[in-house]
Amino acid sequence: MLPRSPDHGRDDRADARPLDCNETQMMTEPTIPVTEDELHAYVDNELPAERRSDVERWLATHPAEAERVESWRSMAEALHARYDSVVNEPVPSRLDLDRLDRRPRRWIIGAMAASVVAFAVGGAVGWIAHGAATSPSLLQSLTGEALDAHRLYVVEVRHPVEVPGEEKAHLQQWLTRRCGRTVQAPELETTGLKLVGGRLLPGPTGPASFLMYESASGERFTVYATKVGIEAAQMRYTAQGNTSALSWADRGVSYVVSGSSDRTRLTQVARLVYDQSERGGG
Amino acid sequence: MSAFRQSVEAMIPALRRYARALARDLDAADDLVQDTLVRALRSERLFLGGDIRSWLYTILTNLNKNRRRSLARRPHFMPLQDDNPDASGTEAEGRDIERALAALVEEQRAVLLLVVLEGMSYREVADIQGVPIGTVMSRLARARAHVRAVLEGERPALRRVK
Repeated sequence: MLPRSPDHGRDDRADARPLDCNETQMMTEPTIPVTEDELHAYVDNELPAERRSDVERWLATHPAEAERVESWRSMAEALHARYDSVVNEPVPSRLDLDRLDRRPRRWIIGAMAASVVAFAVGGAVGWIAHGAATSPSLLQSLTGEALDAHRLYVVEVRHPVEVPGEEKAHLQQWLTRRCGRTVQAPELETTGLKLVGGRLLPGPTGPASFLMYESASGERFTVYATKVGIEAAQMRYTAQGNTSALSWADRGVSYVVSGSSDRTRLTQVARLVYDQSERGGG
Repeated sequence: MSAFRQSVEAMIPALRRYARALARDLDAADDLVQDTLVRALRSERLFLGGDIRSWLYTILTNLNKNRRRSLARRPHFMPLQDDNPDASGTEAEGRDIERALAALVEEQRAVLLLVVLEGMSYREVADIQGVPIGTVMSRLARARAHVRAVLEGERPALRRVK
């Protein structure tokens, strides 16, 4: 939010005056100077109502700024004049949702293939495998492992990781070789997170890659990933104390993103990890 | 049709407008919208509630960033002459604003369009870009200054700012 101006005992008679007064208005100029941010907020209707009249009075005595504000308004008009007509264009058929939906989706196909294979292998085994694809127990224990690792290493100041984020290429190569799958550290900079680095961890189903990210404010998130015999599993949310995790499985790899207990924030981070793991590796 | 799908469908015209202004090319813009929709449909189960509108704009904004990153690796062709002597006044104005948008860096263009064209609040834009509100404000201020300079025929500052 923009800083709200405290009440500064303004002259009520000044409020009643027309806006286009001349310099004589100088004497009633608001005691709190109008900032650049406030001018934008004024044009974009984000300014607290009680401050609007101050800005209007201030503009009346600052013609250059008033002209600038006016130019922003005509800029907005030009943008709408140029692009608003797009909204009324018929939507091309390639953007039809049903049509887009009919395109093969890798996720569904992968999940279906897994259960087909499971049944082909044979009754009992098939059912166990089928159960694994829907039962959360393995995913639950992996999430437990990941949360333990998260809690153990995020408090570490001097040695949070084995390979620092500056050596990202080396880190990825090393983890790829040791984990037996392509490991790529997701880019989370759009959510303000920078790669601290990573380490290799033992997991219940084999070696796991463990990547740590940090925001400018020191908030840390970790991404734990390991090969599992689960083709696909829905995203699940787990909270333990002030740490929480989102875990899922996709194409034989399970992922656990652990971090702050703010679920929205965690979801935002997990979504980025998910999107990028789809493009290959994780 | 599910409520989720209905909400997504209702957003298509506005997404097309934003994409058209962002990419300034009809096909590239509809490609962006298409990719956004495919991703949204596929991620339906990842959507744990919240504002679908902001979420769709976030996907599109991120996709465009990736697209521009891959475009940057390819040679870039610009038309040598884009003046159309037959253009009416409105068309000429439209071209001017397009030219001004083209002069902006990616993040600034997105902020300007989200706020001015799509009517998003500063808070929503901050969430979409994953940056503090202060950053949104400075991007908006720079975008407006830059567009104004281009529209008024001044040579825009070539300094690249965040």
